[in-house]
Amino acid sequence: MTDLVEVKNLKKNYSSKEAVKNISFNIKENEILGLLGPNGSGKTTTIGMLLGLLKPSGGEIRIDNMIFEKNRIEILSKINFISPYIELPKKLTVKQNLTVYGKLYNIDNLNERIEYLTEQLRLEELLDRITGELSSGQKNRASLAKALINKPKVLFLDEPTASLDPEIGDFVRSFLETYKQENKISILLASHNMNEVSRLCKSVLMMKNGLIIDEGTPEFLIDKHGRKNLEEVFLKLSRSENEFN
Amino acid sequence: MNLIRIYGLFLRHFYLITRSFPRILDLIYWPTIQITLWGFISNFFATYSTYYNNAVGVILTCAILYDFLFRTSIGFNMLFLEEIWSRNFTNLFISPMKISEIITSLIGTALIRALIGLVPAILLTSPLFGISILNLGVSLFFLFLSLYIFGITLGILVSAGLLRFGPSFENIAWSTMFLIAPFGCIYYPADILPDFFQKVAYSMPLVYVFEEARRILVEQTVNIENIYFAFMLNIIYLTVAISLFYYSFNQARKKGTLINIGE
Repeated sequence: MTDLVEVKNLKKNYSSKEAVKNISFNIKENEILGLLGPNGSGKTTTIGMLLGLLKPSGGEIRIDNMIFEKNRIEILSKINFISPYIELPKKLTVKQNLTVYGKLYNIDNLNERIEYLTEQLRLEELLDRITGELSSGQKNRASLAKALINKPKVLFLDEPTASLDPEIGDFVRSFLETYKQENKISILLASHNMNEVSRLCKSVLMMKNGLIIDEGTPEFLIDKHGRKNLEEVFLKLSRSENEFN
Repeated sequence: MNLIRIYGLFLRHFYLITRSFPRILDLIYWPTIQITLWGFISNFFATYSTYYNNAVGVILTCAILYDFLFRTSIGFNMLFLEEIWSRNFTNLFISPMKISEIITSLIGTALIRALIGLVPAILLTSPLFGISILNLGVSLFFLFLSLYIFGITLGILVSAGLLRFGPSFENIAWSTMFLIAPFGCIYYPADILPDFFQKVAYSMPLVYVFEEARRILVEQTVNIENIYFAFMLNIIYLTVAISLFYYSFNQARKKGTLINIGE
């Protein structure tokens, strides 16, 4: 399978610190890659660079065989992002938000796309409701619909099920698995929910202090570090001294 | 430039305006209050001042022109701030919108917002005070155009500051117009300013617009040079503002402000 995302020697320096230090990884088509690490490890900075919100200090990002810095707009039309820390305009209805974003992404047959996502994400009852008045779970599904409005080839997910109840969380995870399988998209998942990562991700990157300190399948990492589950691996690596630096 | 994307961003703000009656009321309320207030002040001057005896509508006309400038500039900033307040900033900047498309869409939306407020105010002046801004004739179009371009220029400059420095720049957004107003010579001739302030005033397009409006109303003559100078200065300032916006966007990507604003 081809690599949809290729990251080579990526760096980000701020004036006083190196937030990301020379990291490299690839995401294959139809793969979910987990990005784990304690707060301040460089996950958000890495995602920021992959979304074009941050300019790398060094290295290169290629998405769908295009260099990001040279083809920013074209690449942005092929990717999308969901995070509980960003929201859709609260005063607009869900349908208005999807229409606006459909236009921003210049989607053909927008009504059909909205109908499809409405059906898949159980949004029928919510379309005409004000987005700001929805529950966390409803907002999450509306944001997911926005994130899929452009049929992205690569989807970046930052804590996609944070603050959701177990039922909605499970629905979102099942939906993502099915959608990825049907559409052969690549997903980068940053999450602190280790069960979620174990369930969804084929492979995992562990970041700490701006470096990738370990990587592999969840099973490989559990076995390698002699722990019972991914959460224990995470704790071991997070608490260890800077042995990997 | 993609017209559908530009229309999409316009639609986002149009929906917002049409969904909220208080927002529409807010757009209409302040210009109407301003015009009514200045209408009475104008009447007072017309009765008691010799300076404006022959032109009752001078102050009122200038108030309308200034309000249009104010609404355009604040309107542009508001559209930008709206994205920050609603935590939608990241969604906008990860969409495939070019900077030129974002600016174009906000320029168009700011004009519509300004007109929503301005038209009722203009319509009110005639029955309430017997004055029509249309007395400025064909020049009115060029004066409005100049003010619109300068209002947009200020909006772009402030938005560039917001991009570069984040929400902490918000207070500047509100105070820009008040800082510039004294040099705009909106209600008085430039001659009354001290020499240094006059130099500052003549380096901005506003003074040419308002001097010209007064000339037309008081002396009934048109000085095409004023309109020309205002237009040329506007082009220079607009070019600088757009360049600065691009520079700020690149700096924001380097410094990480886009991420900090977005969350």
